[in-house]
Amino acid sequence: MTAIKSLDELKKLREEALEKRKVRTGGNGVQVIVAMGTCGIAAGARDTMKTILNQIETQNLSGIIVSQTGCIGLCEKEPIVQVVMGDSPKVTYGKVSPEVAVQIMNEHVVGGKVVKDYMIETQ
Amino acid sequence: MREISLHLLDIAENSVSAGATDIQIRVHEDHEKDLLESVILDNGKGMDSETVAQVIDPFFTSRTTRKVGLGIPLLKAAAEICDGALTIQSSPGVGTQIIVKFKYSHIDRMPLGDLSSTFVSLLVAYPDINWFFEYTITPSDQAAPPRKFTFENQPFRDALAGCSYSEPTILGYLREFFENGIHEVEKPLTQVNV
Repeated sequence: MTAIKSLDELKKLREEALEKRKVRTGGNGVQVIVAMGTCGIAAGARDTMKTILNQIETQNLSGIIVSQTGCIGLCEKEPIVQVVMGDSPKVTYGKVSPEVAVQIMNEHVVGGKVVKDYMIETQ
Repeated sequence: MREISLHLLDIAENSVSAGATDIQIRVHEDHEKDLLESVILDNGKGMDSETVAQVIDPFFTSRTTRKVGLGIPLLKAAAEICDGALTIQSSPGVGTQIIVKFKYSHIDRMPLGDLSSTFVSLLVAYPDINWFFEYTITPSDQAAPPRKFTFENQPFRDALAGCSYSEPTILGYLREFFENGIHEVEKPLTQVNV
């Protein structure tokens, strides 16, 4: 019974979310990718992920796609987070603690400015 | 890794990599049997018996970026230290089932940890997978009924009808749903312990 009630509630939230998205985003997607291989998880990637989701929720950031990937071969730099803004090239960050994740969300995802201190070279 | 829920996240990532569309994670704290049992079941590409044997070995991995995979061997060792076990059943083209058991009261047993974060991370990252999550506590007092929290992704995904899981209001909803649901299962036990 509660499940049905909660699904109705979810549908209502969906309508609100879609309305808000129409207003807020011009269609250029932002993608945030958290590396969640064994090495990433052991280094704290789940807390990093939780912080990113928490930032989206508390700062009401609409239109961001959050996904996960496996080990990308830079285990010593974990937790690793990648940010893709529209057509710009992918930016890879290393040693992304929850504090650094907040900084990346504020300065890069919201502010559009790459956080150079934590950027790593991938290749 | 210091939490069972982190290991569950790790194993579920393997299921995703194996191309699974249906993944179940079931956790059972059975105080009657003094057992903490977790089951991860997927319909991914599966493994032959030779590969299963190698997965248990720390110097085997199917990953291409690095040649050593430690997730499963570490969990197996942790379970065995706690009078438990880790077993893998798998067949190519059908899927894989991993069962890991710990003696609940063993002093070295790692905590279950933040199960809610594990579930929410997987859902948001892989919304198209038919996740099924279950968390059950069977109290030691046989007169008390088991308490259970379950989540099935499909009805949620249908209700969202294409709206992203990472929209702020939806995220808030999911987080509360899991935190409250898991808390409800744990609550009576915590009161007894305190």
